[in-house]
Amino acid sequence: MLQFSKFQTAGVALIVFLGALFAIPNLLSEDARNSLPGIMPKGTINLGLDLQGGSHLMLSVDTAKVIDDRMKALMGDVRRELRPNRAANRERISVESLSYNDDTHVITLLIADPADAEQAEERLRGLTRGGVGGALGLGIRAYSLNVDGQRFEVAMTPEAERYWSDEAVRDSIEVVRRRIDPAGNKEVLIAPQGVDRIVVQVPGDNDPEALKALINRTGQLSFHRMDPTVSFADAQAGLLPPGRMYVEFASLEGSGRPGLVLYEDAEVTGDMVVDASSAPDPDGGFQINFGFDNRGARRFADYTRNNIGSVFAIVLDNEIISAPTIQTAITQGQGRITGSFTAQEAFDTALLIRSGALPAELNTIEQRSVGAQLGQDSVEAGAKALIIGFLAVIIYMIISYGRFGVYADFALIANVILIAGVLSLLGSTLTLPGIAGIVLTIGMAVDANVLIFERIREEIFAGKAPIKAAETGYDKARSAIIDANITTFLAALIMFQLGAGPVRGFAITLAVGVVTSVFTAYVLTRLFAGGYLLSKRPKEIKL
Amino acid sequence: MLLKLIPDNTSIGFTRMRFVALVFSAILVVASLGALFTMGLNFGVDFKGGVTIEVADDEPIDVAAVRAAVSDLGLGSVDVQTIRDFADADEAVLIRISQQEADDDSDETAGETAQQAASIAVQDAMRTLLGDGVNFRKVEVVGPTVSGELVQKGALAVALAIGMMLIYIWLRFEWQFSLGAIIALVHDVIITLGMFAVTRLEFNLAIIAAILTIVGYSMNDTVVVYDRVRENLRKFKQKPLAELLDISINDTLTRTIMTSGTTMLALMALVIFGGEVLRGFTLAMIWGIVIGTYSSIFVASPFLLATGVKRDWSKAVPVGA
Repeated sequence: MLQFSKFQTAGVALIVFLGALFAIPNLLSEDARNSLPGIMPKGTINLGLDLQGGSHLMLSVDTAKVIDDRMKALMGDVRRELRPNRAANRERISVESLSYNDDTHVITLLIADPADAEQAEERLRGLTRGGVGGALGLGIRAYSLNVDGQRFEVAMTPEAERYWSDEAVRDSIEVVRRRIDPAGNKEVLIAPQGVDRIVVQVPGDNDPEALKALINRTGQLSFHRMDPTVSFADAQAGLLPPGRMYVEFASLEGSGRPGLVLYEDAEVTGDMVVDASSAPDPDGGFQINFGFDNRGARRFADYTRNNIGSVFAIVLDNEIISAPTIQTAITQGQGRITGSFTAQEAFDTALLIRSGALPAELNTIEQRSVGAQLGQDSVEAGAKALIIGFLAVIIYMIISYGRFGVYADFALIANVILIAGVLSLLGSTLTLPGIAGIVLTIGMAVDANVLIFERIREEIFAGKAPIKAAETGYDKARSAIIDANITTFLAALIMFQLGAGPVRGFAITLAVGVVTSVFTAYVLTRLFAGGYLLSKRPKEIKL
Repeated sequence: MLLKLIPDNTSIGFTRMRFVALVFSAILVVASLGALFTMGLNFGVDFKGGVTIEVADDEPIDVAAVRAAVSDLGLGSVDVQTIRDFADADEAVLIRISQQEADDDSDETAGETAQQAASIAVQDAMRTLLGDGVNFRKVEVVGPTVSGELVQKGALAVALAIGMMLIYIWLRFEWQFSLGAIIALVHDVIITLGMFAVTRLEFNLAIIAAILTIVGYSMNDTVVVYDRVRENLRKFKQKPLAELLDISINDTLTRTIMTSGTTMLALMALVIFGGEVLRGFTLAMIWGIVIGTYSSIFVASPFLLATGVKRDWSKAVPVGA
């Protein structure tokens, strides 16, 4: 029991050595880490956002809206299919009612004449035949058609709904990434979570409000022709001809008018804009330069050539950001947006245009931001508690168990090194509760040694010789140590499942600490105690 | 001379005290349940939704002015308190705003937007009040969707933890042990919740983590005693159960006190030096460890007297024993 073969001793030493090897990079500066030889591990424990400062945002993607948009577009198609079509030699099918239910996402069509049922079904089948996903769009059936006499129900299949929701989430992640990390060099985490959520974590001392402002905007850009015939009073009263809309200016400075009446149909849309950047405006302030793709350039050239002297509006997220008068035909595919932009506004707007529009609105449903100062305070407080708690336990063990207390303390030091090593190896994140987990592990890690030492004491009282007593002590304490640690490990496992950042950090350190402490307290101290007892063969031991 | 907190070879008649303990525990549990039902828990933003903002300034902050400024925003119940951190001398206040009602019920996202709007309103008000030196140390905004989920997850986690312990102890011991351990566990959890109801300490996600740790720790303590009970059941086949339980508790008493002591030392370091953020979490843990230690001696073990246990262990040899 106390006898370790050379092989076993080497094994124990190797584990501690490896732990130290993986823990060392945490003590080095970044430069020193980078100059380590290639085979040395360089990974460090990441500090959680609560320790280094930063923002954690949980965003919900409005996937219902994406589905709605598709179903509404489909409803337009249904309406078109029912009209007469001479080219396809089709008659009109008269409609009793055609409606769309927002909640269930189902289009219900009721036709007037039962004789048309067959014809209607054929046309609807043609419309809903397509699929989504896969190389040729054959992967998933997109819509299901339910026929009941004169009643037709078109619904999106759950698979397609899932597909388009996933796509919206994926596309949103890409857009968000382009917005908050255009250069791709920041340590930001943008990841999908659950069905329709995105988690964004940005470390550092950034302004969370600016971050949210950047993310929560849809970034829908379009260029519209102005309709000068509608008076402002009519527009305010909501008296608009069909196909027109009243849009307000983003800021009231400049023209003095609160808004303009525009044609709903856009001349050019934001997806045809390929580049945008901010630059100083020769006339003062800042402007945004942008470029169109081929299609956009052609359309914009045609439009400006035919409308010299008229006003058009550049609309971003339902607000006019600029409404210039066309001076000349713009044929180069380049344009600029002027207005009274500040440097920051111009920069942000250019970024927004460049990154493209979000497929659906993103709502912030959870925000946790910690300033760098609080993070720094927490690191200092956590470190102080860790060191003081550690010293207190170490001293307490020595005055309680003497020589064996020293063994337990060595085990404790090895334990902290191993925890640091494992956390670095896993690349896990250390949070403030995580530090608390380590402190707690220190307090609880000695439990295994206390169990063993108390047991040895009992055996000595029962009249056993030191070596025999120690052997029995280690042996008898084992089942209690295993049971006791498994219960804590189980609790840590559940906590990990519970999720949210800081708590997860606590769960990880607790779980890792349980495993390493069993090793150091049970195996490492036995190596020390065995070495002492078997070499010195003391007549009695103090415990 | 080595320090001994507990004399060697104690023989305290713990099981004789079981009726006193029963009354004591019953009072604590009933009082805790009463406090939970009448006062409820002081839920933080994690579970209740709403906004928490910690503001610091380079000069002393007038708490009354902060309270007035935030109250003027008309955001419902507002709680402002000063934070005195041991770590530094900076002055900071913590502003808590309860969950905002959405103006428009029809839209699911209105509730989320309302929280964000409240957060921005408070930050703007603080900028106006405190000027350029203002520093937002922490901003937490939790909308109705997430808070609802966290309540579910938290409750599920505690229930799951207790369930897993039940099954584990059942596998490793016998059902009587399992039941006794679970009763002790539920006892600990209820009394810890009661402490939170009475002290009005904020109850948040970190406290759930603390409770889960207490569950693990309390179980750990109970298992050590049970393990000795099982060993003694094999050793003394004829001894009356009460006497046998007393022997087992006394055998492990030094260890129980010693481990509670070291854990308590570590926790004291955390509560004194670990800063404001961790305070509720560590206080919960300290309380839980006191209760957990008490319950493994006075609740879990005497419970075995009530149910009785198998006396012939000659066949069952559990793993690792």
